[in-house]
Amino acid sequence: MSAGTNKINVTVTEVVAVNELVKRFHFERTDGGNLPTFSGGAHVVIEMRDNGTTRLNPYSLMSSPLNTRDYTISVRRDDVGRGGSLFMHNRVKRGMEMVISYPVNLFSLDLRAKKHLMIAGGIGITPFLAQTAQLASTGGNFELHYTCRSEALGSYSEVLRERYGNRVSLYLDERNERIPLERLLATQPLGTHIYVCGPAGMIKWVRDTAATHGWPDDSVHYEHFAAPQPGTPFDVKLAVSGLEIRVGEQQSLLEAIEAAGVDPPYLCRGGVCGQCETNVISYDGTFKHNDHWLSDEEHCSGKKIMPCVSRFEGRSLVLER
Amino acid sequence: MKTILSRPVYGTLSPQAGKSHLLIADAEGASAILDLAKQAPADFFASAHIMFIPGRTGDSFQASLKALKPAQYYEGPSIAAALPRLTWTLANAHMGLRVYLAGTEGLIGQMMQAAIEAGIDPASIQTEHRGSWARRVQCVHCKGITENVTTQPATCSHCGLLLLVRDHYSKRHAAFQGVCINAEDPTEIPQTEEIFR
Repeated sequence: MSAGTNKINVTVTEVVAVNELVKRFHFERTDGGNLPTFSGGAHVVIEMRDNGTTRLNPYSLMSSPLNTRDYTISVRRDDVGRGGSLFMHNRVKRGMEMVISYPVNLFSLDLRAKKHLMIAGGIGITPFLAQTAQLASTGGNFELHYTCRSEALGSYSEVLRERYGNRVSLYLDERNERIPLERLLATQPLGTHIYVCGPAGMIKWVRDTAATHGWPDDSVHYEHFAAPQPGTPFDVKLAVSGLEIRVGEQQSLLEAIEAAGVDPPYLCRGGVCGQCETNVISYDGTFKHNDHWLSDEEHCSGKKIMPCVSRFEGRSLVLER
Repeated sequence: MKTILSRPVYGTLSPQAGKSHLLIADAEGASAILDLAKQAPADFFASAHIMFIPGRTGDSFQASLKALKPAQYYEGPSIAAALPRLTWTLANAHMGLRVYLAGTEGLIGQMMQAAIEAGIDPASIQTEHRGSWARRVQCVHCKGITENVTTQPATCSHCGLLLLVRDHYSKRHAAFQGVCINAEDPTEIPQTEEIFR
């Protein structure tokens, strides 16, 4: 079960097609009243009941933290993914009742910062919609640099421009525009924090460049939900519960453990929060680590695995679960 | 020297990746900069600014510090005299500046405070203690600060109370806390020992 999070019953009040790839979903409490307060950068885990399979996918809240009447998320359709985004796009309709988790923030603003420099790639714009709304309400100093494929796919670029004017810069691949990262990093006042959300390659580019420019680690914030990758099925022994399970091709190890009736802790389901960290008792084979939580040494040690996103290939794997 | 949690822990200066470097030292702290220079990349001091308060070391370090050929070199008579320059330097600085502090706890604490105020993450600041362990003490009664305290107990230079100098350190004041040692009976005068050298 998710550590410390309660579930909320919500009703879908609106579904809006933002462009050909992105849909926006609005949720209100089914029993009326306000939703829990949250801060910019928070996500909720949406439960999807899909023909006997339960999917639990995290999505960043994009609505203003000042409004707890409804929660809003945007979902980019991924035709070759494991089906969560397709479920949201094809099956979720206005009026439908769903279950979501309490909001959890693993990508919060550091409010000690003198300035917030935000860098978004594609659908990675969603947490920044909430963060900019939060900062704007208190006169916070921010600058948003947003890169996407084309004008048509630049979700919310117009609304952001309208709200914040030249504090928002847009860079389009179709026009061969690129974020001038080196110049941006070299010209920020002392006390600036940087936030990046987007594809893994972009996060790595920003983190590496910031490090070589002398930005301290604590001033660089990033969020990347690694969706669990499909892979070869494998067998696992759960030593504590005495169960033997098989992890299917399209299933994550965490989902397979849950399907067997074991209830491990989790929070983000995307390899970043550390809640589902699991001890390995013995193994014969190769780990496929996909998380951003364990250190490189831990990845090589063969002693730990993050079952939400990581897999295994080989003869045997015994977990302390 | 680690006694209680608030007590700062100092490290050893080492060159960090950065666009520019601000190194501040008092007295024997200069030797920490000279040691750092031995492992610094060749172009390190071309983008460095050294601020030095010689104090009791007189003119024994100036020549070697200048020989490092920093882009800027400043020498001042006291920490208080150097602080406005530091504040101005930080106000005009950009991300990519790395800060290194070496010398007495009084220097490290006060410069650290100015750097935090300017928005620098304290964990990113390199510190190294060298030289005197004399303490900067805040009297918890009158709030006055007494510099260069070497004895236990010590007399508050503002209100005159006899203070027990605690290991309790305030980052906000960059000072150790001094509490009246004989509040119950002011005629009781414990023996004074020189212990912070």
